Amino acid sequence: MTTAALTDVEVDYPRGPALGPFGLALAAGEIVALVGPSGCGKSTAMRLLAGLEAPTRGEVSRTPGRGETAVVFQAPTLAPWRTARANAALPLELAGVDGSEARARADAALARVGLKGAEAARPAQLSGGMAMRVSLARALVTNPKLLLLDEPFAALDEITRRALADDILALWAETRPAIVFVTHNVEEAVYMASRVVVMSKGPGRTVGEVAVEGALPRAPGFRTTQAFRAQVEAVSALLVKGMAA
Amino acid sequence: MTRLLRALAPVVLIALLLAAWEIACRALQVPLFFLPPPSAIVVAMAADWRELLQSAWSTLSMALIALLLASLISQALALAVSLSVTIERTVWPLAVVLQVTPVVAIAPLVVIWAGLDHADRAIMALATIVAFFPIFSGAVAGLKAADPDLERLFDLYGASPLQRLVKLRLPSAVPQLLEGHKVAAGLALIGAVVAEFVAGSGGAQGLAWRILEASHRMQTAKMFAAVVVLGLMGAGLNTALRALEKAGLRWWRGR
Repeated sequence: MTTAALTDVEVDYPRGPALGPFGLALAAGEIVALVGPSGCGKSTAMRLLAGLEAPTRGEVSRTPGRGETAVVFQAPTLAPWRTARANAALPLELAGVDGSEARARADAALARVGLKGAEAARPAQLSGGMAMRVSLARALVTNPKLLLLDEPFAALDEITRRALADDILALWAETRPAIVFVTHNVEEAVYMASRVVVMSKGPGRTVGEVAVEGALPRAPGFRTTQAFRAQVEAVSALLVKGMAA
Repeated sequence: MTRLLRALAPVVLIALLLAAWEIACRALQVPLFFLPPPSAIVVAMAADWRELLQSAWSTLSMALIALLLASLISQALALAVSLSVTIERTVWPLAVVLQVTPVVAIAPLVVIWAGLDHADRAIMALATIVAFFPIFSGAVAGLKAADPDLERLFDLYGASPLQRLVKLRLPSAVPQLLEGHKVAAGLALIGAVVAEFVAGSGGAQGLAWRILEASHRMQTAKMFAAVVVLGLMGAGLNTALRALEKAGLRWWRGR
């Protein structure tokens, strides 16, 4: 079953074409990584999938309704005046969910991302990694069917990125939403995705894709296997091809 | 040690300047009406402290009421402006004209409109006009200052315009509102004093009126006394609003 699909979409901005023609079909429960050079239109593709923007040409189809799609941005994008709990509860609040129920579900979402005990903290009191986890909890609080992660690790250090990558895979295993995530990091893409789609430089088209072997979530030591190295090489080769195109 | 030195340095400088002033006045036998020595100013302050305090309160209360009025009017207007670009384009030039026109220039008009017997009303209105702009521009900018990704999140979850205003744009505007009020408070005080000068004595007995009265009688030490009180009051108001802003930001940010 297809959760969301972009069919021959093109997006033109006033300063010129930004994306496409580009296509992507996302099966339910699938994790797809979008990799490509800066300015190739990855974030534009994400906004199309989220329904935050309409394509200039082409079609977007989505099965999840409102509240079943969640986005995590590059920065944590938290409201500084709200506690971690109130930030995580925001999507429920906007949907009119009763206050005490929203708080309870927000606390549960924070616990899922490993932030039990930090419910009353404000974003300014959290580290970058913890703030990103609050952002993730806010995305998960509605139990989305489609989760869009737009370079969620960009601002984090290597150790924190790896820990968060494993945690996201573990969380995915619980409810199996379809995930699309954008990254610049080839190893991260191969590690987290069941399929890596490589885009050309802007306006982005598909250069090719690599189906990643191996079960999700990853077994420990997956990064050191021969198969992992080979697939990282395959994606890198496609990226080089996309830069030249 | 260095910290203590740094804190003391301005005090020492002021003491030195005052001492030099006192010595120069005595040594050169400067006439009292021309430039009284600091000691004479202190004597004048001690002699008139009741009237000075009363006048200070009169000016300060005018400024504070004006600040309150300006706060209410400018925020209500900023809210209306934030609802539509057309309203913003309509109102903005007028607000700018109001801001760039010197308050002294419109003061005589306002005095006439308020009625010559109601100088206090004229003073309040003029101080309000002066305090209006910093809050208004802060509020207009603040209401637009929400994180664009948070705005997208509100789109994603289908927030209503009211939810967006109450849960995103108003709270996002808080830092700029605090800043606007801080600036406006200082301007309200200046506006009140300027307005007192223009309005004259008609019932109002603020510090500017004390200065004018003493000037007409060539009581220079008394003039200085009122100026010193005015300066201290301004510094006090500024300190209080800085502290308020800091506390407000700490509350907003949680640290």
